[in-house]
Amino acid sequence: MKILVCISNVPDTTSKINFVNSNTEFDTQGVQFIINPNDEFGLTRAIWMQQKQQAEVTVITVGDSSCEPTLRKCLAIGADKAIRIDAEPTDGFFVAKQIAEICKKESYDLIIAGRESIDHNGGMVPGLIAGMLDYEYITNCISLEIDNGQATASREIDGGKEVVTSEIPLVIGSQKGLVEESDLIIPNMRGIMQARKKPLEVMAPLDVSSASKTESFQKPAPKGEVKLIAPDDIDTLIDLLHNEAKVI
Amino acid sequence: MAVIIYTESEQGSFKKVAFEIASYGKALADQTNQKLIAVTFNQADSSELGNYGVDQVVNITGAFTESFSAKKYAAAIAQVTKQHESSLVVVSSSADSKYLAPLLAVKLSASYTSNVVALPESKEPLTLKRTCFTNKALSKVTSNQAVNIIGLSSNAFGIIETQTSPKQSEVTVDEVSSTMKISAVEKVTGTITIADADVVVSGGRGLKGPENWHLIEDLAATLGAATACSKPVSDMGWRPHSEHVGQTGKPVASNLYIAVGVSGAIQHLAGINASKVKVVINIDPEAPFFKAADYGIVGDAFEVLPKLIEKLKAFKAA
Repeated sequence: MKILVCISNVPDTTSKINFVNSNTEFDTQGVQFIINPNDEFGLTRAIWMQQKQQAEVTVITVGDSSCEPTLRKCLAIGADKAIRIDAEPTDGFFVAKQIAEICKKESYDLIIAGRESIDHNGGMVPGLIAGMLDYEYITNCISLEIDNGQATASREIDGGKEVVTSEIPLVIGSQKGLVEESDLIIPNMRGIMQARKKPLEVMAPLDVSSASKTESFQKPAPKGEVKLIAPDDIDTLIDLLHNEAKVI
Repeated sequence: MAVIIYTESEQGSFKKVAFEIASYGKALADQTNQKLIAVTFNQADSSELGNYGVDQVVNITGAFTESFSAKKYAAAIAQVTKQHESSLVVVSSSADSKYLAPLLAVKLSASYTSNVVALPESKEPLTLKRTCFTNKALSKVTSNQAVNIIGLSSNAFGIIETQTSPKQSEVTVDEVSSTMKISAVEKVTGTITIADADVVVSGGRGLKGPENWHLIEDLAATLGAATACSKPVSDMGWRPHSEHVGQTGKPVASNLYIAVGVSGAIQHLAGINASKVKVVINIDPEAPFFKAADYGIVGDAFEVLPKLIEKLKAFKAA
């Protein structure tokens, strides 16, 4: 079984979010980049399939050379090889198109991408890839087993979950629950040493245009001071929620 | 030309998001001088949409419409959109809409912009304001495509009533094939989901253990609210994962969010930031949540909650 895991290189969840160049670019100064958490849950599930079902795991990202430490971390976690498409990931459509073209050549059985990245929150890359390839697609995926070309997966829905079966090839939108946080693999020294020797292929991008352009960013308006209410003055809280905030 | 909206229903009733999508669609249709067409699936009675400005309802019928399939629903909405030569489609931020929107984008060769919080700032090119960095920032995005799908953020636009008398037509579409089958659905019935709730009551580590959750549940029941929890609480198994809200959990965009014993880590705040009014109850006055909240009580949850529940019950009864 051949698995492709799509990786987004994103600012750490604790990063301060600031913008530079007249608010057109994210300020990377002092920011640590990590594997997008939703992608990492998917990568871990893929590594389990590699260990138990001899699956071959390739990771892919679209980005410049600054993404390579994140790809090396994926290799240290256990991925067999990495591909970097050397282009600026201008929008979800551009990224999906680049990855879908590689999938056409390599015919992966399973393609995993996080349900959304924690920076742009577009939530479209796995769905676009599935649509472009006309593969089956399950997002918000919280469990996945593949046996004899048949997948059984659960999808988190509003208020519960849904269990589905599907044939492969299949695209998964991964998230927490597919594996637990405590299951995430912390690379050991041996993994890190091996990762240095594993193949990391840099490919030129396809000439496609984006569907959209992010023109500028802005930070939300600063909010006012919290109104503190004494713990024995619940009536005031109820009055404020009813008459001032008008939410009860 | 018309604005197309996907109005979701479940077991014959529209979801709350359907009315917000209709309200937004109506404003967008007025802005662009178009009529508003709602697409429904297997929804016999759609007269309710006439309260929110819908001009026409296209109800898609056929055996496949009995249960949701992102692939089949996307193909069906694409067919209707093409038939009406529409260039604007609006969907919600529900799990199902976010599932089908990218598939629909491919079918229509459209641009899809998710988490949109307002009407377009300009039509040529279409310029949309959306949230990013998990609500820690906003961005302005322009589209290069002729056809566009707008994914509206929950509770960003609100529900606006406009009376119309929509005419309804039943339509069958060419069903696309799929190997995917639903084998089981596990759904908690009788409780309000975080996605649908006007009010969300959330508990953190400050509650000291799962045995104390009756306080959160009682407060939620009093307010008709959904229950939620912080990441450590779900990681420790005190509460199910489906209740975890925050950056890697579920997003919350309720009218009122009450956090009890939640310190307010940056990842938690990011996930709940879209809520309109935030109340924090925490014994630690240094808890970061106080900087993000509108109203706060520095106090012991075990003393404050029983009083709050009692007073709210009296308030609701009055």
